[in-house]
Amino acid sequence: MTMTLIETITVGSGGAASIEFTGIPQDGKDLLVLLSARANTVQALWMQLNGSNSDFSGLRLTGTGSSVIATTETVQVGFINRSSSTANTFGNAAIYISNYASSTAKSISTDSVNENNDTSALQNINATIWDNTAAITSLLVEPQSGASYPFLEHTTASLYTIS
Amino acid sequence: MSETPVKVVVDLSKPKGQRESIIELTKAEIKEQTAMAAEAETQRIADEAAQAEAAATRQAGLDKLIALGLTEAEALALTR
Repeated sequence: MTMTLIETITVGSGGAASIEFTGIPQDGKDLLVLLSARANTVQALWMQLNGSNSDFSGLRLTGTGSSVIATTETVQVGFINRSSSTANTFGNAAIYISNYASSTAKSISTDSVNENNDTSALQNINATIWDNTAAITSLLVEPQSGASYPFLEHTTASLYTIS
Repeated sequence: MSETPVKVVVDLSKPKGQRESIIELTKAEIKEQTAMAAEAETQRIADEAAQAEAAATRQAGLDKLIALGLTEAEALALTR
């Protein structure tokens, strides 16, 4: 197995509503996105593939620090830190997409945490299917309402191919 | 924060060092994101209410079993 770093992006001082990788090379087997992120106010992490937020369905299991939530999801693939989280800390998410260049539905598994020095700190796993046969050429991650509550400065996203 | 929200677009078909663009969101993109966020928030509230209702119903059932004379462990065993 070879894991190849394609690109790492760091959000600048103005923040960013979203981070999108386009022109993804089609020579890998799987894709991995590693995210270290903090957003203004919101903590849900959303994803789009090929510019689309359709055809997603998934299951989410979340430990909140005091309870467990199991629910269905669509584009929400995890959680990150928000501005009320412990200062200067960032949440982590790993998004793994199998067979991204294939002409079958894509399976996506995500684990994520939001780091918070409090009882309420989320640990999350998602299992998602993108029921679309197009090869993935672009991938976008964004906070739940990125236009209003963007990723904050120093958020980083790295894209890897696995082959 | 800048006045108009921006997005970071990384075009991997370009050489390293020339890939990153910072682009202002269009009004349509802002409107779409705002609408989606509102929809998601409505769904989240509904999901939480449904989970709370299910938990309350379960607890009410357990309480009735315990009132009938079962121990809490016996009542819980019946619900598994």
